[in-house]
Amino acid sequence: MSGLEDLYREIILDHYRNPRNQGELETPPAVMAEGFNPLCGDEVKVHVHVEDGLIVDIKFDGNGCSISQSSASMMTTAITGKSLSEVEDIIYSFKQMMSIHEKSLEGESETTESSTTGLGDLQALQGVVKFPVRIKCATLGWNTLEQCFEELD
Amino acid sequence: MSFDVSAIKKDFPLLSREENNDSLIYLDTAATSQKPQQVLDVVDSYYQEINANVHRGAYRLAEKATTAMENAREKVSDFIKSERSEEIIFTKNATESINLVARSWGEANLSEGDVVLLSSLEHHANIVPWHQLAESKGIEVRWIPLTESGLFDLTDLDRLLEGVKLVAVSGASNVLGTIPPVRILADAAHDVGALCLVDASQYVPHRPTDIEELGCDFLAFTGHKMCGPTGIGVLWGRSELLDQMPPFLGGGEMILDVTQEGFTVNTIPWKFEAGTPPIAEIVGLGAAIDYLESIGMSNVLEHEKTLTSYALRTLTERLGDDLVIHGPDDVSVRGGVFSMAYQDIHPHDVSQVLDDRGICVRAGHHCAKPLMKLLGVGATVRASLYLYNDEADVDALADALDATGEFFSQ
Repeated sequence: MSGLEDLYREIILDHYRNPRNQGELETPPAVMAEGFNPLCGDEVKVHVHVEDGLIVDIKFDGNGCSISQSSASMMTTAITGKSLSEVEDIIYSFKQMMSIHEKSLEGESETTESSTTGLGDLQALQGVVKFPVRIKCATLGWNTLEQCFEELD
Repeated sequence: MSFDVSAIKKDFPLLSREENNDSLIYLDTAATSQKPQQVLDVVDSYYQEINANVHRGAYRLAEKATTAMENAREKVSDFIKSERSEEIIFTKNATESINLVARSWGEANLSEGDVVLLSSLEHHANIVPWHQLAESKGIEVRWIPLTESGLFDLTDLDRLLEGVKLVAVSGASNVLGTIPPVRILADAAHDVGALCLVDASQYVPHRPTDIEELGCDFLAFTGHKMCGPTGIGVLWGRSELLDQMPPFLGGGEMILDVTQEGFTVNTIPWKFEAGTPPIAEIVGLGAAIDYLESIGMSNVLEHEKTLTSYALRTLTERLGDDLVIHGPDDVSVRGGVFSMAYQDIHPHDVSQVLDDRGICVRAGHHCAKPLMKLLGVGATVRASLYLYNDEADVDALADALDATGEFFSQ
């Protein structure tokens, strides 16, 4: 089977064509960070508003490939309303998924399987690991979110 | 001789391989060319039959290796119509060749306020070494602007040349395909007492090269874009300049004598070739030149011109307004390099779908970020042609772009 459908799952294309939570928030109360992928020129800006340890609102904006933009869009829907510690878990699981070796996708290892099950729609991005150059695209928004959290400290 | 692409294709083992059940369609020669069997065989037999260090041993094998390497130098020299093979300096790649000029000639001859004039379409390899001199010596880097269609805008050339000590320009753009008016620039540089360096990485592999016709003082190019191995580049320079320039790297081979007190520098070309050179790669470059000469560089150029016209026509007709091809559309001033924007699909995504169909193109900024900024894009999809490409490759590209549009509009 073609690897292309593995990479571009329907839900990914949907978020690419109809990005959720696109835009900006007022700072303060929100914090903002910008992320760049110097290799391909992808850029993403994340605004996040945290109140009492909860993600009250999050917006992203940027230019880039379908993977970087859809991953950022899916990230915003996954973490809205969540507590900071829940978000940390999601970030951890997502990054775990991105670091899985291709072999484990083909069933040769299931050691990391359990850590990705809580990711919901985000699991659609699992196919990206088959295309190592695109992993940086998928993690761009997430690294930028982490930069936002550093602003909070 | 007539130009037989299908026969040429067969010389390249990688082009006969199948990728995802499609044969590989290689449209990324601007990044690196594929290698013909003839070159692979020569490199292989060098290691099997000749291998020894050069300019050192007195035994027959070492002489054979030295002869093989120096024969290759003669071939390179003839290939660009240089009359003196000692003007051919072997480097690692064109980047190192340009750095050699910046570090050796630049350090010795440029001082604060001197101007190096570049064009707005240069590769980072012909930008950063001059930025480094700007930082270390306070020289000024100035830019020749481009016209709307990606040609050099020389309207203000007289003013641009004020204070210029070196004009350093591309011989052919790796992004737009533009063939700059090198002769005009070289003459203009000489008129104000400046020198001219040409980054010929995308020029020498694709057309007959005559340094006297170009009129430049330095010419930098690389072996791997012209059917040769990686790791071997060339700097040609006028011997009267090279003789005066201080050595770039110090070590073995570049000296006549070393004492505890100091050293005496060797003559050119070895003065600039410290350490054991990439001998097999040099011999391989010689074989690449033999291969290209056997086809004839005028034939290569004619083939590429015809194919470039075909590509511009086909892509425009097939994809219409969905496709933007940056750069000039006149094949007399452009080579077979096409930087494209397709619909609003990101270049990464385009190249991913193309790859799925066995088509290799480059997506990115092509090491020319200042030019990308002028074009107002972060990245482009770039297809580039060579002697082994044919109309079927261009058709496959058009089909694949079409399919990309469909894939993302579903």
